[in-house]
Amino acid sequence: VSEITALVDNLFRHQSARIVSTLTRAIGGRHLALAEEVVQDALVTALQQWPYRGVPDEPAAWLYRVARNRALDRLRHEQIVGDSAPAVLDAYAMRPGVRQPTALLAGETPPVDDDQLGMMFLTCHPALPGESRVALTLKIVGGFSVSEIARALLAQPSAVAQRLVRAKRLLRERDVPFGPPGAADIVERLGSVLEAIYLMFNEGYAATAGDALVREDISAEAIRLSGLVTRHPRTGVPRAWALLALLLLHAARFRARVSSEGELFLLRDQDRSKWDRPLIAEGLRALDRAASGDEISTYHLEAEIAACHAIAPSWNETDWPRILDCYGRLADLTGSPIVALNRAIALARVEGPLEAIAAVESIVPHPSLATYHLLPAVLAEFWREVGDPDRAAGYYRAALALAGSTPERRFLAARLETLRG
Amino acid sequence: MPNYMLLLHDSGTLPPDMSPAEIQAIIQRYIDWRRRVQQGGRTVEGHKLVDGPGRLMRREGSGAAVTDGPYAEAREVIGGLFIVEAGSYEEVVALCQDCPHLDFGTIEIREVQPTT
Repeated sequence: VSEITALVDNLFRHQSARIVSTLTRAIGGRHLALAEEVVQDALVTALQQWPYRGVPDEPAAWLYRVARNRALDRLRHEQIVGDSAPAVLDAYAMRPGVRQPTALLAGETPPVDDDQLGMMFLTCHPALPGESRVALTLKIVGGFSVSEIARALLAQPSAVAQRLVRAKRLLRERDVPFGPPGAADIVERLGSVLEAIYLMFNEGYAATAGDALVREDISAEAIRLSGLVTRHPRTGVPRAWALLALLLLHAARFRARVSSEGELFLLRDQDRSKWDRPLIAEGLRALDRAASGDEISTYHLEAEIAACHAIAPSWNETDWPRILDCYGRLADLTGSPIVALNRAIALARVEGPLEAIAAVESIVPHPSLATYHLLPAVLAEFWREVGDPDRAAGYYRAALALAGSTPERRFLAARLETLRG
Repeated sequence: MPNYMLLLHDSGTLPPDMSPAEIQAIIQRYIDWRRRVQQGGRTVEGHKLVDGPGRLMRREGSGAAVTDGPYAEAREVIGGLFIVEAGSYEEVVALCQDCPHLDFGTIEIREVQPTT
């Protein structure tokens, strides 16, 4: 009796993304939808056959072959290609990433995957809105299903599906070429890729609502993709390393943010022994690599702030003056009222709550803050520190009226309750 | 020890939009089941049947009529079959209690008459 082969974790997710990328590179960005369909067909074929026949010796190569043959059938049928197509496709099939699935089976780190990186320049094209870039990248490079994406982004599956269709249509109409752009475009195009990864991570990381497991997967995928960008010589620029550092340092705190009952812990109250030390070390190494040029991006500043927190033994022993300085520069770069609000929190540690309240009051008129529950929540904390429980209570109530998610509402209600003690 | 033929009828209940991870998870369940059965000392042999109708022949006059079938119009199709070595029907039924296929269709079990 032959030993039954087991499947390595995420084999299908990663292989399907890789095969879609390789096929698209071979047949052109305009046939992205076709590449996706034939790969899905190949996965379903595996589902119909492998339970009976067992897992083939080289599952990744098997999936590639089935998808490739199906793509050829479709391309011929739709008269997109002539008889020379097999040679074109096979030139790509002979690439190392496709020919060495055993390396993946053994759990080795796959080689730098140019095709997936190239695909990201397609799915994160600047012509696409940010939300569409995230959804399309999750679908095609990440191998997530429409319903998984919808669960993570708190959207209706039909809305996500429509967003994907529109995005693919736009790429087809523009006939965007596959792969990293030339030197003239790379700065803008890379910025668009990094931004999408950043958004993707935040979708997964935001402690709002939605399916926790999928959200964690999505944050992990964002980290994988930013690692892919840093490992390539043309895209591994300082701000890409800074983004990777930022994501790793935030992810290190993932498990300490929420209790087993789903309760939120502020940074101040988190059990720092639950922070993932190896991840922090990796984040600090990435931040080191990010410091190799003159460029200071917003990712640099955010990563530096995250690093200050990560290495601080406690909330009180945090290097607040340095954090305040980072937020100040970040506010200058972005003009974001949210950044200004965060700066006020650091200011409270350095100069006291009254100065911080004055700083917050100077940013209140901004319209995007009018419905932002963290604004009154932060003011409530400042007034509590000042020693004015009435004003603090008023702001907690205002925050409760605006807060969206259940854990956040529970948290605010509990804070309000402690004022009465 | 007798062999039992397990005919796996598919009821076509798989959701249309499955992610690669979900598809892999289903395959893994079948692999795990076969592994459990084999670790219990029973061999399992699997055969996938080619999708689509087969051929049905019947005597008609001096020749034979051939039609697509026998299940061309039925919703349930047989996706494939397993041959399991076991001591009794009861034992096969017990082995199939945790077979993942019960989530996707039905299992028809027939004992093969030994040739001796």
